[in-house]
Amino acid sequence: MRLLNLVIWLAALLWFLPILVALWVAIHPAAEQGSFSLFAPLTLQNFVNAWHAAPFGRYFINTSLLVVMIVVVQLVLATIAAYALVRFRMKYSGILFALILLQLMISPDVLILNNYKTIGALGLRDSLTGIALPYFASAFAIFLLRQAFKSIPLVLEEAAIIEGASRFYILRKIYIPLAKPIYVAFALVSISFHWNDFLWPLVITDSVQVRPLTVGLQLFSAPEQGVQWALIGAATLMTTLPLLLLFFLFQRQFIQSFMRAGIR
Amino acid sequence: MSTLLPTVAVSRPRFWSLQLYGYLLILPALGFLLLFTHYPALATLWESVFSAARNGHPARFVGLDNYLALLDDDVFIRSLWNNLLYALITIPLAVALSLMMALAVNRHLRGNALVRAAFFIPSLLPMIAIANLWLFFYTPQLGLLNKLLALFSLPAVNWLGEPGSALYCLMAVSVWREAGFFMIFYLAALQQIDPRLSEAATIEGASRSYFFRRVQWPLLMPTTLFVLINASMNAFRIVDQVIAMTNGGPDNSSSLLLFYIYRTAFSYWDMPAAAAMTVVLLVILASIALIKFNLLDKRAHYQ
Repeated sequence: MRLLNLVIWLAALLWFLPILVALWVAIHPAAEQGSFSLFAPLTLQNFVNAWHAAPFGRYFINTSLLVVMIVVVQLVLATIAAYALVRFRMKYSGILFALILLQLMISPDVLILNNYKTIGALGLRDSLTGIALPYFASAFAIFLLRQAFKSIPLVLEEAAIIEGASRFYILRKIYIPLAKPIYVAFALVSISFHWNDFLWPLVITDSVQVRPLTVGLQLFSAPEQGVQWALIGAATLMTTLPLLLLFFLFQRQFIQSFMRAGIR
Repeated sequence: MSTLLPTVAVSRPRFWSLQLYGYLLILPALGFLLLFTHYPALATLWESVFSAARNGHPARFVGLDNYLALLDDDVFIRSLWNNLLYALITIPLAVALSLMMALAVNRHLRGNALVRAAFFIPSLLPMIAIANLWLFFYTPQLGLLNKLLALFSLPAVNWLGEPGSALYCLMAVSVWREAGFFMIFYLAALQQIDPRLSEAATIEGASRSYFFRRVQWPLLMPTTLFVLINASMNAFRIVDQVIAMTNGGPDNSSSLLLFYIYRTAFSYWDMPAAAAMTVVLLVILASIALIKFNLLDKRAHYQ
């Protein structure tokens, strides 16, 4: 049993090796990057250099704005849509829900061709809104919230209506608080998805002002730069740091969210 | 009777106003979905049966010509084949590894949370960042893999530069990213298995491997199905690492479907061909999704 635990530990270490290597390269002077000597001097200079070598500050702001915009709009639109599907007994709610679920199989990133034209026609190419717009409606969020709302007893709402509460008051005071775990779960999954999204922003942006981190990082580490592993390692870690911090802060919620949000 | 009539008369408009209210609430989300999911899917289908509009000549209906042209496009066939190979190799590997990981971290183990994090963190990172991490291993002169080979006096390999190895190097990256993600689902399923089953098995003297084969594995079947289907859908949407690591090369040996669509559309600007390819990709994804809905709806496994 001892031996097996040791094997598991070694396997985990080996699995994590790519990240450890990047860390090693990033915190040592460029001259030492190939040596892997234990006594090589430590430095944070690579992070400073990488930060100044490309507009990473701008990229960070862009990605943060983008992620916040997408997640907030997704949650608002999904909340009211899910509430309507659950409580308004619409005649065509079955068909509408089926139309919504279609997005689970044909995600916007596969449809870049026509979404590119649409965003162009709206005059939003090369803008943060242009990157965000195709993701505003999330079938997945609607699906999750609909499930959560369905489990809330109707009596709660009827009691509130008799007391004279408005629909929006009910939504704010009953439905949203009771579905809080779902909101956290979806937000975490959505943040990590959009923080990492690459192809669509690559296609729709061409200026520094709106470029997100992933696209910036890709340009930064493209071979034409000449291979400067220390800088690339530092930049790579820098761009992933917010997600890693988020993970360590919310480790339990993160793992539970991904379990809950399995179907994407 | 006469007392009922007024209530009906009052509730009718009320019924309709509620319906209207409901539709209004659903409208914003549905509008975005129509604009960015349904419309582009239909438009792609439509465009795939027309020729390109060139120099003032309008596009004309060409039927299945664009699709037939795909059959003659070696790079498309290559990409399709590469993508199939990619799915067939990475999925079983990632699923098997993720199951082993889940079994490993489901034990009473010191530092359990750290081991779990080590397995899971790769699936959180952007693919572009992951591609950079792996370039440290693959790069010809300084790469760690070649340093390892040199330790055993073996000749260096140009991992991403050889048509024979580039695709497999990308596969390793995908497996590394996905296994930890699937582990989470197996872990959830393992934790739902009644602990009394394992107690009973211990009392009966069943070995751990017997217990796994006869109890755990069958109970994990729905999870396996779920993971397999998600993995298949992901396998056909892979593109980031291709752009970051090989750009489809060398000699298109690592070109995958979505990557080739991207290149056809945004480098060659051949829209009809890209549209026809997108339809092929959509058909593949829809078929997988149909299997998913049919199989999974029966045993909802969303928690």
